[in-house]
Amino acid sequence: MCLGIPGELLEVRDVKGLKFGKVRFGGITRDVCLEYAADAVAGDYVVVHVGFAISKIDKDEAARSFAVLEDLGQTGELTADMAEQLLPRSGPWPGEEDP
Amino acid sequence: MKYLDEYRDGGVASSIAKTIAETVTRPWVLMEVCGGQTHSIVRYGIDRMIPPEVELVHGPGCPVCVTSLEMIDKAHAIASRPGVIFTSFGDMLRVPGSRGDLLTLKSRGADVRVVYSPLDAVRIASQNPAREVVFFGIGFETTAPANAMAVYRARKEGVGNFSMLLSHVLVPPAMAAILQAPGNRVQGFLGPGHVCAIMGYREYESLAERYRVPIVITGFEPIDLLEGILMTVRQLETGRAVVENQYARAVTRDGNPAARALVLEVFEVGDRKWRGVGSIPKSGYKIRYEYRMHDAEKRFHVEEIATEESSLCISGQILRGLKKPSDCSAFGTLCTPQKPLGATMVSAEGACAAYYQYGRFLDSASLPAVTAQAPTA
Repeated sequence: MCLGIPGELLEVRDVKGLKFGKVRFGGITRDVCLEYAADAVAGDYVVVHVGFAISKIDKDEAARSFAVLEDLGQTGELTADMAEQLLPRSGPWPGEEDP
Repeated sequence: MKYLDEYRDGGVASSIAKTIAETVTRPWVLMEVCGGQTHSIVRYGIDRMIPPEVELVHGPGCPVCVTSLEMIDKAHAIASRPGVIFTSFGDMLRVPGSRGDLLTLKSRGADVRVVYSPLDAVRIASQNPAREVVFFGIGFETTAPANAMAVYRARKEGVGNFSMLLSHVLVPPAMAAILQAPGNRVQGFLGPGHVCAIMGYREYESLAERYRVPIVITGFEPIDLLEGILMTVRQLETGRAVVENQYARAVTRDGNPAARALVLEVFEVGDRKWRGVGSIPKSGYKIRYEYRMHDAEKRFHVEEIATEESSLCISGQILRGLKKPSDCSAFGTLCTPQKPLGATMVSAEGACAAYYQYGRFLDSASLPAVTAQAPTA
């Protein structure tokens, strides 16, 4: 889980003073914080780790690196939170309001 | 996929492997530090392409693996409290502590949620002001800027019900601990590429100098690893011990200054216990005093929990490069990814889990030296 995953920055916007962007990784698009890659603009490719862009990368390098990560089964962090919503939970836990 | 096809055709890879074979004149032991590199080495059989004189041992670079049992038990205790929403990266949910894992706790009704980014946990906290929201902040230096930003934003935005259970680990102190340990076998390191993308490699220069050990900052792709091995072997063969950067397309000497600055704003270096290894001085991050209201260890008083690891497990020796997964009597039989006994099997990036996933237990079963090691208990 220490590897960054490259993706294409589609758009940049400001959320409460933080620079955010939409990044496309293969078929998945996620919101990513751009504070650590503040000079990235739409169209750039960025390396993203747990929702944070940590560096820019060129397009060919991004494609190659993503292919290796997919082959290694190392792109799971992109969808782990979505898959998790399907896991069962038996009901409200003490202190939680009933939905 | 062109690159992988090229790799599989073997032209470039076998030419580098051939150069390594021409360069090496005697045995050397190299350690890769990053769990992603371990995974890649075993997946692509890099250790079998290089000459037998060059032995690869696998370092402690899987943050999920080295998170201490005590910390997992603390997470379990906090997640069990009424009113708590406990958030984590998905990798941590199946890791067994001495009281079970977080996924089982969730199936019993505890509110345990997987998040993609630590900032998602801050958002959940601001949406649920009546609940305590805790994030399990684990990782190496690559993850630290994300975790630091979550704490920083929670304080800035006044999200008082957000806190972080921090269990961060740092690579250079672990490398120093390996080099200082009695019986150390490691003579050269493949440094962790993405950790250095954040931190740069100045810290590694003093390690190389102090311990007279070559360190080559290396990527995780198969050709990267072969190049990193070649560069390290060249240094060893010519008696040099410096930091070289194989992964220059992602790593600079100073890393990512904005990320490093925020990490230092929120965290400070402190001692940290590593699963399978024990306590290493100044090998982790703690939350600074100014941010203590977001420190889950201060917010929730969790009693110290005494824990005990399996007596069969040799993960401590594997993490220090003294043994390989196939040296373990429990590997693939009593210890599997479904029922792990210790650190290196609990996550896919652990050396034992990587060996298991790619069928290396079949080799170990055929080796007489290993089958002779029957469990003693």
